[in-house]
Amino acid sequence: MDFELSEDHIMMRDSAKEFAEKRLKDIAEEMDAEATMPDELLAETAELGYFGLLASEDYDGLDVDTLSYGLVVEEIAKKCAGLSITISVQNSLVIQALQIYGTDEQKQKYIPKLATGEMIGSYCLSEPNSGTDAGSLKCQAILDGDHYVFNGTKSWVTSAKWAGVFLVFCLTNPEAGSKGISCILVEPGTEGMSLGAPEKKMGLKCSDTREVSFIDAKVPKENILGEENHGFKIALSLLDNGRIGVAFQALGIAQAAFEEALSYSKERKQFGQSISNFQAIQFKLADMALKIDAARLMAYRAAVLKDMDGRYSREISMAKLLCSETANWVANEAVQIHGGYGYVKEYAVERYFRDARVTEIYEGTSEAQRIVISRDLLKD
Amino acid sequence: MYDLLERLQGFREEVRDFCEKEIATRAKEVDEKQIFSNEVADKINEKGWWGCIVPKEYGGMGLSQAEYIVIVEEMARVCGSTALTFAAHNSLGTYPIDAFGNDEQKKKYLPPAAKDGALIAFGLTEPEAGSDAGGTKSKAVKQDDGHYLLNGTKCWITSSEPCKFAIATARTSDEGGVRGISSFILEKGMEGFSVGKKENKMGCRGSNTAYLHFDDLKLPASQLLGDEGVGFKQFMITLDGGRISIGAMALGLAQGAFEVASKYSLEREQFGKPISKNQAIQWKIADMATQVEAARHLVYGSAWLKDQGKRMTKESAMAKVFASEVANFCTFQAIQILGADGLTDKYPAERQYRDMKLCEIGEGTSEVQRIVIAREVLKSMSSV
Repeated sequence: MDFELSEDHIMMRDSAKEFAEKRLKDIAEEMDAEATMPDELLAETAELGYFGLLASEDYDGLDVDTLSYGLVVEEIAKKCAGLSITISVQNSLVIQALQIYGTDEQKQKYIPKLATGEMIGSYCLSEPNSGTDAGSLKCQAILDGDHYVFNGTKSWVTSAKWAGVFLVFCLTNPEAGSKGISCILVEPGTEGMSLGAPEKKMGLKCSDTREVSFIDAKVPKENILGEENHGFKIALSLLDNGRIGVAFQALGIAQAAFEEALSYSKERKQFGQSISNFQAIQFKLADMALKIDAARLMAYRAAVLKDMDGRYSREISMAKLLCSETANWVANEAVQIHGGYGYVKEYAVERYFRDARVTEIYEGTSEAQRIVISRDLLKD
Repeated sequence: MYDLLERLQGFREEVRDFCEKEIATRAKEVDEKQIFSNEVADKINEKGWWGCIVPKEYGGMGLSQAEYIVIVEEMARVCGSTALTFAAHNSLGTYPIDAFGNDEQKKKYLPPAAKDGALIAFGLTEPEAGSDAGGTKSKAVKQDDGHYLLNGTKCWITSSEPCKFAIATARTSDEGGVRGISSFILEKGMEGFSVGKKENKMGCRGSNTAYLHFDDLKLPASQLLGDEGVGFKQFMITLDGGRISIGAMALGLAQGAFEVASKYSLEREQFGKPISKNQAIQWKIADMATQVEAARHLVYGSAWLKDQGKRMTKESAMAKVFASEVANFCTFQAIQILGADGLTDKYPAERQYRDMKLCEIGEGTSEVQRIVIAREVLKSMSSV
């Protein structure tokens, strides 16, 4: 067992760290306040290849292993969790889905553009009444001649305003329930398709989240991804990918909040000394470091397992759960250590506290992870 | 004491009705726009609640601490911002003037505060004196003509902008450690008294927080609150009461979040049934209810002690730290139950979570409460 990162991994991590320090650190607060990301930033992210980390070299991707991908996500998340989720969705959901299930033509058409960041993709699974119970979705796409006719609403769609392609999970056979779900590629501008107003979120404010609605929207038949009525299997098979992205994002938020708290505790003086001299603060710092270290080991293991044969959903869910709970716990303590300063926008921990919250909600709530874990423990 | 909550029930219903009608409807807006709503202030004034704990002879209602706490709790149940503004004005504004002021001061400041909603701010914290409030750097130097010349900066001051009056602590002597601190009553419009930068906060955004600056502010000796050198003692007593109110605010936020989450769990269907049918959700609900109940007893227990004129330094610190941690737990779990719906402005859960965090920081962080509790407990144990 080797606990050292390889030189390649270190290189990936350090270059992402440099980018985050140089380009994200100073503008993250402003992006949060304005709830958007400048186009140049997306272009620079694209230039580094981060939108195609998991795309194969054949399609102009970087084709790195999952651990490298995770390390990049973590470093980006340390400075801007909003950009990190934008990168994650592109790689672990959109590109992976196309890469595994797309036809050659679909791959050729979309992946090079997605990998180079020329195009952003969105993944549309949740609906207002279908969250944890993803199999109960209601959006319909009924085949009519050469077209599917879409009706319904998808919610919590990340990057919708930038998206050049939407992977939409919908019912092609409404009678069959979850066995009647398909995944269909929809392009923006399709008549009958509309984007909702941006959601006003607690955190990840600079990332785009909104509803996507369809009223009699016609999509060519050949846009189906994979086999008809096999969409739910596609969605399930991609869960592990998404969860690894969130695990590393949460790890980044936790690490960043810890670093801020550590340095603040040394600088801040009360009662004539640095507050780091107080045992109550020392023990908080010890617990933060302890929890982050445990979460990190779980995240790294999940990433390595992901690239091995076999299914490791339990381990991946455990990593996602531990990392996200750690992020919330650490961010909370980081605010505590900052006192009033942790409650205002000038200090990054205020944002980390808000950004951490969603990591226990999306890509499966903490409750959904416990379902996955316990089900695996109790099987047979 | 055990029938206290029952006896307050009728009053609570009146307060709840008011809060639902006048405050809940504006809660989202005051958070979004970061404004202190004048309409809400006027409505509260119509009820006379700005002077709820001010004695009747000074234009107030003369309510008990317990009744006052009901108002704070019910306000926080629907709007943390309003509860904070309200709690600060009463516990930290009118209370110290009533408790430590002379008759002249009470006659001058309490009636407008009680009857016209003239807000009173409390200026204690400074950039370098947070948890270490005794480390105050502001200085009030007595002049030959009897005036004090006040210089210094206060931060995190609730209602800095809308307040008409303020109480501020400052050193009147370089000697004597905390016994060199005194407090003064300030009026808006006094020369050298200005409001500084407004804070852009995570939550309670509808409650104003800003710096107060004193630049050669000339204060007649009549503005001294109580005697010279008792400022530290005064604010320790003031904070004992203030902590009950922040405990009540936390309790209200917890109760509000608990209700939002419980209702949602009954309505939201996944896997063909309301999510309240899942044991994992039921246990969250059970834990929230238990925690809220325990917090309620601590908060009202310390309010009862205050009404009995008993010392409640330990109890109010316990009520504050416990209730604010309960609020953290409940608002967190509420979001967990609401899922993504808990993270946008469509439901109050998102706002409640941001508002809650103030309760673990304001009027003494949770860490400070533990210092207070430990000190009290160890003192009593060592004298046994």
